[in-house]
Amino acid sequence: MARQNSLARCLDRVWDHLHHFMKQSRIVITGLGLTAPNGNTLAEYRQNLLTGVSGVELIEVRYMGAQPAGVCHFDPLKHQKKKDVRIGTRAGSISIYCAREALADSGLSWDGFDKSRAGIYLGITEHGNVETENEIYNVSLFKHDTKFWSHHHNPRTVANNPAGEVSLNLGITGPAYTLGAACAAGNLGLIHAAQMLRLGEVDVAFAGGVSESIGTFGIFAAFKSQGALASHPDPTKASRPFDRKRNGIVVSEGGCIYTMERLEDAVARGAKIYGEIGGYCVNSDATDYVLPNAVRQAECIRRAIAHAGLTPGDIDIVNTHATATPQGDIQECQAIREVFTGCAGVNVNNTKSFIGHAMGAAGALELAGNLPSFNDLTVHPTINVDDLDPQCELPGLVLNQPRLAKRVDAILNNSFGMLGINSALVIVRHRA
Amino acid sequence: MTKDDCKKLVTEIIADIAPDEDMTNLKPDVRLRDQLQLDSMDFLDIVMELRKRHGIEVPEADYIQLASLDSCAEYLTPKFNAIEGKR
Repeated sequence: MARQNSLARCLDRVWDHLHHFMKQSRIVITGLGLTAPNGNTLAEYRQNLLTGVSGVELIEVRYMGAQPAGVCHFDPLKHQKKKDVRIGTRAGSISIYCAREALADSGLSWDGFDKSRAGIYLGITEHGNVETENEIYNVSLFKHDTKFWSHHHNPRTVANNPAGEVSLNLGITGPAYTLGAACAAGNLGLIHAAQMLRLGEVDVAFAGGVSESIGTFGIFAAFKSQGALASHPDPTKASRPFDRKRNGIVVSEGGCIYTMERLEDAVARGAKIYGEIGGYCVNSDATDYVLPNAVRQAECIRRAIAHAGLTPGDIDIVNTHATATPQGDIQECQAIREVFTGCAGVNVNNTKSFIGHAMGAAGALELAGNLPSFNDLTVHPTINVDDLDPQCELPGLVLNQPRLAKRVDAILNNSFGMLGINSALVIVRHRA
Repeated sequence: MTKDDCKKLVTEIIADIAPDEDMTNLKPDVRLRDQLQLDSMDFLDIVMELRKRHGIEVPEADYIQLASLDSCAEYLTPKFNAIEGKR
């Protein structure tokens, strides 16, 4: 009996310690690498967001002809051999570029770093459609004889492919996997990384989201069939959230990966700190395959703010998920209106109006576009709003021109996805 | 087709499979693996490209015939000529 009591006390102490560790660990962003349709570095991307430069252009989509899309123009050979580009996937190349750039930006001393203590957590909306369509097209040229189907198909299409390619490139032997969360996935990468760092599973996390979706006609065709694919004579004006003439989504590729660390580790090595994970929430609508649910979105936003120990009035920038679908934008505006009523200082913007919908990368890329606001107090606008839809009218909406804010101490990043997954992430200014 | 023609076609395929490699001074009598960074997956790619580009089948038991450019030429030239004869 005495032995059992002793064991119970011991377990209680372990639990208290673990609970304390999990609650107290502050998680910070110490590096960033990105490729967006309008920029391959944070500086270039931010500059274009402040000066109204879209990254949307026309591309040829198999079976569909010219479509507006967000295309990234980074050089894969900066960090990969030609053979690795040939064998791997576009998502893999995007991930490697972003991870390598983030690592360089972080200033981490990589040679001496224990690679088993690094984790890779990448959000994806989907993966494998591009490669599967390519193989089906390829065998169609050979009378659908499957002996022409590539042996590379399986390693290219496994869901962990983008994270796995990063692990190969960087020699990371810790956990490396993707998180499938539709278009909420970019936030999920950061949220999951924060959790793993708090659990002590890793010492540094490469976290964010990636998308190669412009390579699959299926996504374009499905949005078209759904009546949710953007079209406009000028591709740079095709992505127009909140505008009365919005007519759907511009599909984009892209990636954004952050290095994240526990605050004490970052401080100990004198790292620069972009911001701190304030709070987050992930929830589900449980109502529809496609249609969003403003009630659950509002609940997600409220919980994320509360998790950060803040109130809605403490949020200075709300970066919306709005994808420029007629109904989706209205639903999100309802949710934001409900949460932020009476919050006079909040600024609301949208990054998809510049870069389209980068799917799994969207949440991570859109956050990156706003992080510099902690330093310059400038809020990038939502462009292409010529005629604001009254149903999308929100106090604080930053339209077409950047706005100087009185204060930027907390940024709320919304990302929502199909099957009703919602994610909201609060990043706060780092204070020692 | 001559054996030299065959070596040229095989070299073109290898250059695509291993695009980082310097192909200028390949020794025809030395194993390709000893001169280039090629692994078993790359040899599967070579087999696939022979199938796609030239309609040539290399059964698994014969993969060993692709060891060097000389052995490739020895093994593949009759296959190329057989296919050309059918056309």
